[in-house]
Amino acid sequence: MTESTSQSANVVVEHLRAWNPKAVAEVIQFRDETTIVVPRELLRATAARCREDAALQFNLLTDATCVDRYPLEPRFEMNYHLVSIPRSDKLRLRVRLSGSDPSVDSLIPVWPGANWLEREIFDLMGIRFTDHPDLRRILLPDDWEGHPLRKDYPVEGYRDIPAIATKYTRNRNL
Amino acid sequence: MSTVETATGAAKTMVLNMGPQHPSTHGVLRILLELDGETVIKAVPDLGYLHTGIEKSCEDKTYSQAITLTDRMDYLNPLGNNLVYCLAVEKLLGIEVPKRAQYIRVLLVELQRISSHLVWLGTHAIDLGAMSVFLYCFREREEILKIFEFVAGQRMMTSYIRIGGLALEPPTGWLQRVEKFLKMMPSRIDDYETLLTGNRIWMGRTQGIGYISAKDAVALSMTGPTLRAAGIPYDNRKVFPYSSYEEFEFDVPTRTDSDCFARYMIRVAEMRESLKIVRQAMSKIPSVEGPIRTEAPGIVPPEREKMKTEMEALIYHFKIFTEGFSPPPGEVFVTVESPRGELGAFVASDGSPKPLRVHFRSPSYINLQALPKLIEGQLISDVIACIGTIDIVLGDVDR
Repeated sequence: MTESTSQSANVVVEHLRAWNPKAVAEVIQFRDETTIVVPRELLRATAARCREDAALQFNLLTDATCVDRYPLEPRFEMNYHLVSIPRSDKLRLRVRLSGSDPSVDSLIPVWPGANWLEREIFDLMGIRFTDHPDLRRILLPDDWEGHPLRKDYPVEGYRDIPAIATKYTRNRNL
Repeated sequence: MSTVETATGAAKTMVLNMGPQHPSTHGVLRILLELDGETVIKAVPDLGYLHTGIEKSCEDKTYSQAITLTDRMDYLNPLGNNLVYCLAVEKLLGIEVPKRAQYIRVLLVELQRISSHLVWLGTHAIDLGAMSVFLYCFREREEILKIFEFVAGQRMMTSYIRIGGLALEPPTGWLQRVEKFLKMMPSRIDDYETLLTGNRIWMGRTQGIGYISAKDAVALSMTGPTLRAAGIPYDNRKVFPYSSYEEFEFDVPTRTDSDCFARYMIRVAEMRESLKIVRQAMSKIPSVEGPIRTEAPGIVPPEREKMKTEMEALIYHFKIFTEGFSPPPGEVFVTVESPRGELGAFVASDGSPKPLRVHFRSPSYINLQALPKLIEGQLISDVIACIGTIDIVLGDVDR
């Protein structure tokens, strides 16, 4: 999908590789932005490393967002945008999640600010964050059905198209 | 958790529902406050009353159509929202905007910052009982909105910044209007400071209230004046310059006391810095000749004159407004410094004329997360001061 370069001169990538070669599954360079694809089970460890390491110091989690690539698999892409205020640097960590098990470790232990970012993604995309202390809907009402930012959720919603609504209700535990 | 012993010996706290119609919540924010007497022991913000699904709507529009939606998020900073979205799409497309358009963008966005800070100052002051400041601030804001109306044809929802440049050439005489505003504004800022900065009531209501340490502020992803009041000079205009900000000279005001008063002082200082930037932009704009839109056939609409004489221009015009354009597949994340903090736009393309995903990192939403940290342990009257100094816009929070 993107211009991919496995060999990168980026020091951050090399630093992370030196720490744990498994943490860097893929490096994507696009429009001067570096994306490191991290295996799901190593996300929290890698994030903690990015924050704590004296050579990296990504102390600000500025944003977290999710992309739904339905009907492709792995369907979901979690993007974490990190900023290092002391080093004036940016980095994106990415985790790919399958549509059948859209769950990933919560990053609240690393950056407490991940709390509402993850709640928003849970609310609108239906990603589960393990160990999140307060995983409730944040923008939509508690009794809302479905996750509107998923690609299989119509832009108009379900209110006026009952046929699809019943179909959706049957499959909502997907 | 502290509790009160009642006559029967049982612990007793009260839960108070503040909002969503409370005037000092600046929109439709609801906070559940658990009170021990007048002291807040727990605060739980409840959002979503203004959620309009703008991110979902963007996915069903072409790249250019989505600009009008961005105006409506942070309605005190519509030009800033236009800017961050257009910068993101321009980065995705790999196109460069002419210098002249960049300077005009900077000038307008800085005026917008002043107008946004004026609304903040006015409403924050009225929340704390200073009625007259509100009237003065709105008087000056009106002047800025008149400039926007003159330039873009709209007071608030301007949609003036477009992909590849600006919507239209600013009318002749607009710089004179900005000049008039620049002459008037510094003394007006002095007036606000005369009314508030040394005012004992104002100081009593804001000093030492709503403290957050720099470490906590970064951990909670806070940005903008709130973070700079904690002593961290993080400003996107300096750290990751965009739209030629690196050519402008200005300071990033910081303070270390990190209370409501510090945030007030930061915003007042920022208004003065913005005036400096506007002044520099005014001298730069006439020095560069050229169009306000970049030459990118099939992406940027051609000029009206060309459409009447060139067939290609007519075809491109038709194609842009019927099917749009298709950026290469990929994702970009662009951040700008909005009056409230770091405003980010994440745009993902799958190579089709409609974005795969548009996400906005809204500073109000993320700064609001720190509200319980600011107000827990404080008095209920300080809650209002704290909500005010975070400077939230509910349209931006809920999107």
